[in-house]
Amino acid sequence: MVYNRKIVCLAIPGKIIKIDDKDNLATIDYGDGTKRIINISLVDVKTGDYVLVHAGFAIEILDEDEAQKTLELFREILSDTEGK
Amino acid sequence: MFSINDNKIVHEVLSNIKKKEINLKFMHVCGTHQDALVKNGLDFLLRNCGIEIGQGPGCPVCVTTPKEIEEMIFLAKKNKIVTTFGDMIKVPGEKKSLQNLKTEGYDIKTVYGIEDAISIAKKKTDKEIVFMAVGFETTAPTTASTILNNPPENFSILCCHRTIPFALKTIIEMGELKIDGLIEPGHVSTIIGSEPFEFISREYNIPQVIAGFEPIDILMGVWMLIKQIEQGFSFVQNEYSRVVKREGNIKAQKVINEVFEVCDIKWRGFPIIPKSGLILKNDFDKYDARKKFEDDLKNLQDYEFKEPKGCRCGELLRGLISPQECPLFGIKCFPDKPVGPCMVSMEGSCNIEYKYLKNK
Ligand code: SF4
Repeated sequence: MVYNRKIVCLAIPGKIIKIDDKDNLATIDYGDGTKRIINISLVDVKTGDYVLVHAGFAIEILDEDEAQKTLELFREILSDTEGK
Repeated sequence: MFSINDNKIVHEVLSNIKKKEINLKFMHVCGTHQDALVKNGLDFLLRNCGIEIGQGPGCPVCVTTPKEIEEMIFLAKKNKIVTTFGDMIKVPGEKKSLQNLKTEGYDIKTVYGIEDAISIAKKKTDKEIVFMAVGFETTAPTTASTILNNPPENFSILCCHRTIPFALKTIIEMGELKIDGLIEPGHVSTIIGSEPFEFISREYNIPQVIAGFEPIDILMGVWMLIKQIEQGFSFVQNEYSRVVKREGNIKAQKVINEVFEVCDIKWRGFPIIPKSGLILKNDFDKYDARKKFEDDLKNLQDYEFKEPKGCRCGELLRGLISPQECPLFGIKCFPDKPVGPCMVSMEGSCNIEYKYLKNK
C-alpha cells in the first residue's frame, strides 16, 4: 500500500472502522495495519464503507458493486469491438 | 482492496492497439497517472503501439508560480510559521527554497493536510500560522471544509488552489500541440464529476475519458479514446465509475462554492488562465493571508519573478517536450538537487522520469 505524505493529488482507499459523529471524524484502516483518523465531513458514510482518502479527508465512497462490474465491463468492451 | 488487475486484458488491449497501426497523441493532467504510466513501463509500451501520452499542467506543485513561492518565503522571514505539503518546500525560489530557510532556522513545517496546520495553530497560540493551500479540485474542499469549521484566529491560508477544466481549454486554444484525446484525472473528477469537462468535447471535438490509476484503467482509457476517434465521436466517458459519478461529490462542491470564488490566475509556464483559480470570499478575509499580511506582502505585488535559468518546466507543463529533452535533466538537475519544480515534486514528470529511469 502506498502511503506517502508528499503527493498532493494522491488518494488512497481505506475502510471505515469507527465513526465519531460529533467531530466528523472516523478511524480508517488502510488494510496493511496502518490506521488513521480522518475527516468525513465531505461524505455520508457508515462503518464498513470503503472510502478514498486525500490529505486527511475522505473524498468519496468506493462503489463495491461497480468495482466488481468493472472488469466484466472491460471484457465486454473488448470482445464487443474486436474481431468483427 | 479494490485493486483491479487482469493481465489478459492488458495484453489484449495492447495487441489490439498495435494491430491498428495508428499514430495518436493523448494528454493527461495528473501526477498519479504519470507515475502509473512510467512505473509500469506503459508509456514505452504504448509508444511502441503508436500512442504517445504526455503530462500537461497536472502537477499542483509544478504549476504554482515563483511569485507564490516568494510570498511564502517572505512570510517565513516575517516570523510566521509556514506550513505546506512536503514537495512544496523544496521548490527553488528566486534565490532560496523554503527548505533552505528552514535550515537557516526559520519555522517551516511540512504537513500531510490542512488539519495538521490547524493543530499547530492551536498549540502555538502566540504565533501566526500560514498554510500554503496548493492543489486542484481534489484538495480545495479539504481547505474549504476546514475554513468553515472556525479555525483559530492565528491561522490563515495563502490560497494557491487551481482548477483543471479551463486550463485544458487554454492549452487547446494556445494551439501549440495536437491533442487527439484527453485522459481526465480520476481524483479531480471524483469531486467535480464529468459534467465540467463536457464543453471540451462539444466545442473542440476532443474525446475524453476519466480514468482510474491501475495500469488496466489507463489502458482501458486509451482504448476508449481510440474507439471514440474511430467511430467519429467525442464525448466524456467514465472508465473510473467505481468512484466517479457524473455529478461528482455534491457535498464537496457545496463547501467549495461556500468558501471560494472563481478567479483568473497565472500558472507556471502559462499566461493568466481565466476562471482557473479559487480565492477566498470576502466573508473569510480574516483567514486570507494576502489580506491579513497585506503590508508585508505588498512589495511583491508588481515584481516579475523569473523562472530558474535553463529550466524548461514551462514547455513541459504545456506538453511540448518530454523530461529528457531538457538539457539539464540528470546533468545539472536531480531530485536531490532540483533546478525546477518538475524535478522536485513526486507528481512532476522530471522527478517521475528520473526515479524510474533505472528500470528502463
Ligand atoms: S530537468 Fe530540471 S531543469 Fe529541466 S525541465 Fe525538468 S525540472 Fe526544469
